[in-house]
Amino acid sequence: MPVAGTTQPVNRPASRHLRVGHMSAVGLVRPHNEDVLLVIESVFEGDQALETVGLFIVADGMGGHQAGEVASALAARTVARCLVQDVYISYLQQAAHQADQLPLTEALLKAVETANQAVHGEVPGSGTTLTCALVINTRAYLAHVGDSRAYLYYNQELKQITRDHSYVDKLVELGQITLEAAAVHPQRNVLYRAVGQGDQLEIDIHLVDLPAGSRLLLCSDGLWGMLPDSVIQAVLASASSPQDACQALIVAANEAGGRDNITALVIEHITP
Amino acid sequence: MSLDTRQIRSSKNVPVGGVDGALAPGRVLQDRYEVLGILGLGGMSAVYQARDRRFPNVVKLCAVKEMKSHSLDPQMRQVAIQNFEREANILATLSHPAIPKVYDYFSEEARSYLVMEFIEGRDLEAVLGEMTSFLPQEQVLEWAIQLCDVLQFLHDHTPPIIFRDMKPSNVMLDKHGRLRLIDFGIAKNFQPGQKGTMIGTEGYSPPEQYRGIADQRTDIYALGATLHHILSRQDPRVEPPFSFHERPIQAANPAVPPDLAQVIMRALEYEPDRRYSSADEMKRALVTLRPPVVAQYGARSTANIGSGEVMPLWTFACEDEIRSAPALANGVLYVCAYDHNVYALNATTGKFLWKYATDGGIAGSPCAAEDRVIVGSDDRVAYCINAQTGRIMWTCPTQGRVRSSPRVQFGHVFFGSDDRQMYAVNLQSGRVSWKVELEGPVRSSVAVGEDLLYVGDEAGSVYCLDIRGTIKWRYSTKRAVTSSPTLDKELQLVVVGSQDGTVYGLDAQSGWVVWRFRTGKAVISSPCVVDGVVYVGSADNNVYALEAKTGRQVWKYATDGQVNSSPAVINGALYVGSVDGAVYSLDVKTGTIRWRLHTNGPVISSPIINEDTIYIGSNDRLVYALPA
Repeated sequence: MPVAGTTQPVNRPASRHLRVGHMSAVGLVRPHNEDVLLVIESVFEGDQALETVGLFIVADGMGGHQAGEVASALAARTVARCLVQDVYISYLQQAAHQADQLPLTEALLKAVETANQAVHGEVPGSGTTLTCALVINTRAYLAHVGDSRAYLYYNQELKQITRDHSYVDKLVELGQITLEAAAVHPQRNVLYRAVGQGDQLEIDIHLVDLPAGSRLLLCSDGLWGMLPDSVIQAVLASASSPQDACQALIVAANEAGGRDNITALVIEHITP
Repeated sequence: MSLDTRQIRSSKNVPVGGVDGALAPGRVLQDRYEVLGILGLGGMSAVYQARDRRFPNVVKLCAVKEMKSHSLDPQMRQVAIQNFEREANILATLSHPAIPKVYDYFSEEARSYLVMEFIEGRDLEAVLGEMTSFLPQEQVLEWAIQLCDVLQFLHDHTPPIIFRDMKPSNVMLDKHGRLRLIDFGIAKNFQPGQKGTMIGTEGYSPPEQYRGIADQRTDIYALGATLHHILSRQDPRVEPPFSFHERPIQAANPAVPPDLAQVIMRALEYEPDRRYSSADEMKRALVTLRPPVVAQYGARSTANIGSGEVMPLWTFACEDEIRSAPALANGVLYVCAYDHNVYALNATTGKFLWKYATDGGIAGSPCAAEDRVIVGSDDRVAYCINAQTGRIMWTCPTQGRVRSSPRVQFGHVFFGSDDRQMYAVNLQSGRVSWKVELEGPVRSSVAVGEDLLYVGDEAGSVYCLDIRGTIKWRYSTKRAVTSSPTLDKELQLVVVGSQDGTVYGLDAQSGWVVWRFRTGKAVISSPCVVDGVVYVGSADNNVYALEAKTGRQVWKYATDGQVNSSPAVINGALYVGSVDGAVYSLDVKTGTIRWRLHTNGPVISSPIINEDTIYIGSNDRLVYALPA
């Protein structure tokens, strides 16, 4: 029983602002997991603490002879290494507010472009999607290539943040096929942009505010391809923690067939 | 007593040569003021031109007014000294461009001295004497407006000050062509109903003054008499008393329009109740007589391109350059000009409503809020003015020029000063709630968020402060941040330009730089963000549209001069000024030109938009109202 007038130990979350869940599964059909997830989460507490910084990456590789998982892992490593150098170190040096600090969007673009060149050079013929969230304080800066997705759940609403760089998505955008037709289109895995393609990679940048109570989901197509938005929304709305949400989403995707690798990463902003 | 002093004219009433008791040239007072000569002499006083020796390397001139009492009656002497001290005290507290500044006050060898600004120029009596024909009535009209302005300033004083001696010889025309009121020897704080002995000048003073009564309307009569004299060239001192109505101005000078004569005659009514009740009321009547200002497009008007010609709905001429954006509230447009004035104009017609003169050029924009107008001036003061009447409500002095445009939020006025402080001042009382010292002069204007403020300084930083003035974060650019930050509430992004040539997108909460966009030259223009697109000008002559979340360029448009004006956007069109002298309207989607209008000076003023009208100033001194 709690005693009045004493401080109760609280089960503090891992960080002041963020709770993170993550899980990646091979699925029920594929022999390998070509998906990769990478989390660099930092905790910094105290009166003089700096803002929370976290780095979250989901990548889904493609290419024969295990080149897919090499490509996704190389891309994730390269992006993380660049962002640690260009953002995280200067954050720790408290140099983030100096004029020569690389702006966040430039740092993201540079990181993904470096990964693009690395994959193109080291694993020719392969490619990978890459959806990366650099979270600073209550905002996520997203860099995105391919058909992995970022969703924001907030206030009973699920919003897709990224746009797939896929052939069918383009067809939908051009009004040539319906969303329903796209879901079962034979070429729905064909991308027109991927990390590793080499020259002239266009990278999407998104700024996403993470209000208290919101959950940001990064996932591969093995998840969103198996589950309708309504299920994703229901899980994000009801799961007691980000980790539970990831687990429930992967279970649901497997129950729906698990035809591809499934990766889910959920970042929750909580009120301090 | 009569302190009837004036500039010496070689002939009349001033003895040339040995003046009894006057200080000889070379005499030094207070070990500081070296007498150079006599400017004027009166019954009990003299005015000397002197040099201030505290400035050894330059010749700093001043006017030293001396009061001596020959009276052996100690009581009379006491009264004379009291009067002199009163003049000193009144003058020392008054701050108005038309009133000479007082520097010092002292007594030496039973004489009292007042050290004042030396006004280079001639008094209007001298001006009149030199003219062989009538003065242009447009000129006299402008003088009349200026004199109403300074009289209203005196009457607005608490308690009101009645000048009581308005006449041509007490008005100096300085070398800048501005009128200055001199000789406050008999100016008096007005106490209603109080009678005093007759002081004034025969010919100009109204009938009631001879009965020892003086109020605001006394000065209005004397102003009427002064204007009558100037326009008719009939000296009232040699005419029968109060005979103005028998001597219509137009009978002497047919060039004077009847409505101007009418205004002067109303000021000269025998009964005070039939005159204008205030100098302001008379000024308003005079202002309506100003000839309409017609914008001149000259030969360049044919250069107008796009959808036909754009004709201003109206223009209004200020007396000097307009460097900032006007402000609009309740159908009234407020414009600040480098002529020291804040103007209130009817936004629909351009009709002049009032103006308020500060003591310095006004470089920033006015801020209209809660029936007040707040402006900062190069005279180091922030002013709060009643939006309806143009009367001063409070002032907030700082230690530097106030070029930052004030912003009102949370019942407070926020502005910066060249004294490097950022001020939060209570809107009601004018009291400083807090001030924060930044690293450089603050000329940028504050952007206000939910509970955070954003501002730049000349040392090159962008600051985020909370509403208590605590600095939350600071971002350093490489050069001065004169541009004012804009907060995009949707993206929670602060967008600001720097003289390092870059436009920065900063995270509003943390100050992390999200993106930057490099232009070719300094960015002094303040960005605006509309529907996820940033619009900003640069000294590299371009107007840029940038994607707000990434800073990527959407389009740019090249003008023929620096774009230091801040763009405004409405209904798919952008409006901005350029140093090439034109106001541009561009299509926001494509950056293609819709039209441009040439003014006769660089346009560094920024547009404001109300429904279908754009208001913008130019260094050609005109305010333009243009169809959007």
